[in-house]
Amino acid sequence: MELKRVVVTGLGALTPIGNTVEEYWNGLITGKSGAAPVTYFDAEKFKTKFACEIKNFDVTDFIHRKEARRMDKFSQYAMVASDEAIADSKLDMDSINKLRVGVVWGAGIGGLETFQEEVINFANGDGTPKFNPFFIPKMIADIAPGNISIKYGFMGPNYTTVSACASSANAMIDALNYIRLGHCDVIVTGGSEAAVTIAGMGGFNAMHAMSTRNDDPQTASRPFDANRDGFVLGEGAGAIILEEYEHAKARGAKIYAEVVGGGLSSDAYHMTAPHPDGIGVMAVMRNCLENAGMQPEEVDHINTHGTSTPLGDVAELKAISEVFGDHAKNININSTKSMTGHLLGAAGAVEAIASILSIEHGIVPPTINHSTVDENIDPSLNLTLNKAQKRAVKVAMSNTFGFGGHNACVLFKKLD
Amino acid sequence: MSDIASRVKAIIVDKLGVDENEVVQEASFTNDLGADSLDTVELIMEFEKEFDIQIPDDQAENIATVGQAISYIEEAKK
Repeated sequence: MELKRVVVTGLGALTPIGNTVEEYWNGLITGKSGAAPVTYFDAEKFKTKFACEIKNFDVTDFIHRKEARRMDKFSQYAMVASDEAIADSKLDMDSINKLRVGVVWGAGIGGLETFQEEVINFANGDGTPKFNPFFIPKMIADIAPGNISIKYGFMGPNYTTVSACASSANAMIDALNYIRLGHCDVIVTGGSEAAVTIAGMGGFNAMHAMSTRNDDPQTASRPFDANRDGFVLGEGAGAIILEEYEHAKARGAKIYAEVVGGGLSSDAYHMTAPHPDGIGVMAVMRNCLENAGMQPEEVDHINTHGTSTPLGDVAELKAISEVFGDHAKNININSTKSMTGHLLGAAGAVEAIASILSIEHGIVPPTINHSTVDENIDPSLNLTLNKAQKRAVKVAMSNTFGFGGHNACVLFKKLD
Repeated sequence: MSDIASRVKAIIVDKLGVDENEVVQEASFTNDLGADSLDTVELIMEFEKEFDIQIPDDQAENIATVGQAISYIEEAKK
């Protein structure tokens, strides 16, 4: 059976550095940081007092108050980003076969704030359970694609993948394969997360996973810098319309890029620490290339997972050197988390959008906040430090890894 | 309009996202004001909280309109 080709025909983004795809891209290429003191709650007693929150966002500009009230923020973000992507794709809702349109979404956690509020309410009461009837349907991680399908009537496959920070890359790969196999014509994919909450910040702080550079939040996310001290928590959503190539061509759709392969692997090592030799990370990049039928030498750009943690960044770059050999020095490597922070389950989607736009515009966004060389990092690697670089990008790879040892990798290619 | 009636109506406007002028005595939560089964449960809970009363499930089933809610609460607060 011959696999169908899959292309990207629509994009939507709601990020800490821009609330639309256009704003997001402008933020990326100008090296904008999305970090600032937490505004959602009083973080005075928290080890980390800053995050990359969404800014200037009033959900009722997009969703009716009644509907918005029935959604956790992670669902609201999903809805806003997918609305943008669907509009961008110019899909004709009256003529497409909605039985063959799916929504495969990624979320690492789901409605954390909803969960937190309900439990706090209970704890503050007299022990009588007074849970809101919307508690469970707002919180569950699969409700975001559920809501999208209800709004648009998409009746194809519909669920959420949960693999921590690899979630939305897993979603994209599932979507890619359904279309390849002929199950669907179109899939709305991507991911969303909204964990800048008391429980989210407190939980990640307890793991010593987050930066505590409270005196200078904007430079806290500094992947590959010798003085990096952890990731910066972000939130938001990225939505991507994947479409079968002939279907897209027949309707004259704008095609951003082709999705040529997806890689999946597991470290099988530790709950949260990356394998020091990066064996799972090497495996995922290799099986992604193999899945795409491509050679390492064809890759021009890698958007790394690069979270700005001491261990993870070095392990990933070592794995890149191992997989790409001499060619590694020719690749524009970056970490856009230096600007957006870490969007957890939405990271794969927003970073894939960055990679797709790098192909589209021939510009690789920078890894900002780099000032001190880390001697454990091979100096011959081009980490696209501090300034965007013009570069014709034909093939771009996007890496994401999640707690639990989940690794996912997606390859995008300029359409021939 | 009684104090109870205005408070009941304010809750309905807030929770169901409807206009105040739609919230008339005979309006049915589900047929006229767009509530689904979850909204109805939430409304009852909000009434309980606002007026510090308990509405048993078998009684809640009989509260389907704005007027029925107001009468029930007025009776309960006597």
